[in-house]
Amino acid sequence: MVLPAVVILVVVAFYPILATMWLSMHRMILVFHEETFVGLGNYGFLLSDPRFWSALSNTAYFAAVAVAIELVLGLGFALILNAAFPGRSLLRAAILVPWAIPTVVSAKLWAWLFNPEYGLVTHLLPGHDVNWLGMPGYAMHAAILVDVWKTTPFVALLLLAGLQTIPQDIYKAAQVDGAGTIRQFFSITLPLLRNTIVVTLIFRTLDASRVFDAVYVLTEGGPANTTETLSIYAYKTLMRVGDFGYGSTLSVVTFLCVMGISVAYLKVLGVERGKGAR
Amino acid sequence: MKKAALWFGLVAAITFCAGPFVWQMITSIRPESELTSLGMPSTMTFESYTGAFHGRPFGQVIINSVLVAVITTVFCLAVGASAAFALAKLDFRGRKVLLFASLAVSMFPPIATVSPLYLIIRNVGLLDNLTSLIIPYTTFALPLTLWILTGFFEDIPDELYRAARVDGCTPFQAFVKVLLPLAAPGLATTAILVFIFSWNEFLYALTFISTPEKRTIPVAISLFAGEHKEPWGEIAAASVIATLPLIVVTMFFQRKIVAGLTAGAVKG
Repeated sequence: MVLPAVVILVVVAFYPILATMWLSMHRMILVFHEETFVGLGNYGFLLSDPRFWSALSNTAYFAAVAVAIELVLGLGFALILNAAFPGRSLLRAAILVPWAIPTVVSAKLWAWLFNPEYGLVTHLLPGHDVNWLGMPGYAMHAAILVDVWKTTPFVALLLLAGLQTIPQDIYKAAQVDGAGTIRQFFSITLPLLRNTIVVTLIFRTLDASRVFDAVYVLTEGGPANTTETLSIYAYKTLMRVGDFGYGSTLSVVTFLCVMGISVAYLKVLGVERGKGAR
Repeated sequence: MKKAALWFGLVAAITFCAGPFVWQMITSIRPESELTSLGMPSTMTFESYTGAFHGRPFGQVIINSVLVAVITTVFCLAVGASAAFALAKLDFRGRKVLLFASLAVSMFPPIATVSPLYLIIRNVGLLDNLTSLIIPYTTFALPLTLWILTGFFEDIPDELYRAARVDGCTPFQAFVKVLLPLAAPGLATTAILVFIFSWNEFLYALTFISTPEKRTIPVAISLFAGEHKEPWGEIAAASVIATLPLIVVTMFFQRKIVAGLTAGAVKG
């Protein structure tokens, strides 16, 4: 009964990953029908490719800043949602709106908000002359905002689920002992929420480091490649240039980065679990 | 004081989350002459909605998206439910390996599989065919399906399965007649999440499909070009059409979706 699932995962997921690694060791331009084995040649080129290094640092910056903001903002939302008030389920539904919107649609929606002449953001924020999507430095932060908008609800809901597992008695006891709201937050909520926070961080960092749709639709990696992430650079090399060898090399490196992050997180999580069990 | 802070946070959160989409809806019903103004539209018009279908195959694109998402969901449930049942109730070698493998697949960046999949799909002549989307979508939604459904089957008491076996059912009959109906809420949650995933997917749809009539909604919207300038009103209308069903479904099944999303993650 598991056979179909196994076959599908092996044929459509694992085999392609290995094939990408194999392709990454070739010189292969699709239109020229050439395919030469070059071993690790592409990887040597990659190390001296400044565009790769800038894509790598763009990706890291995007992931680090976006996930940090999402975590703080999401925690705020979760705390609000956790407070009892009438109409709470309506609010929960309302904050899910960005999550339910296709990423491409949310990118287009924000592109309109960022429009340098008519955009709402441009008019509401001070500094009217800023062309958010057209100026290096600004464009990356615009992309981060789009990601924050899209995924903070998801973060909030994960954290809310964690918050709801904390027994209320602890807070009552703390109140009796005279601990204020802020003290309660740092001494009870944060420590007990630790595992949920780590899991949320894994999910979000993985997603943010393979980001494609949002940034590609918003800026296509521009201006001047300042928002070009690893996935976008790999995609352009594969499908626009038609360079399947080097494009695959970039894909493999993206894959290795993402896997490296997962392994690192799982190690941290594993260590924490071990401590908790003792 | 504390209450005031809470209400302020509440209003800020709702504005931040729902505001941009509400603005998109307002844009979609603006007369074209007022597209560039920031106030409320003076009248309501649906010209952007008719415009979105005018001169481009947007109707066909919607049909494509529905087809791809529905077929992927059905495949995923068929393949995923039987595998999840086996993972939860049967003892067999490689159980852990399969769970771990599916977890690993959920971490793959899509770009890492694009180049060989493109070559394979080209070689079997499926480029520009919706099948070339349904197969990878099913694969990459499978880990999520397995994790949610395995959890649901594990929560069903083993006694029910054993009782069915004692009454003479084969494992497969026990699965179909006894466990599957009990896991219906899990199937519904999974179906919604897989449907949303397939409805939203962009990278494969952008890579494997090139004819405008064969595109899915995200690609069509991303390439919604006008002759001279971006048709923002029509893009807004198309966005609302592509999103409103999802928002309605999400609000309606909000609890189930949250349960599904957090099932793997928080227990994790």
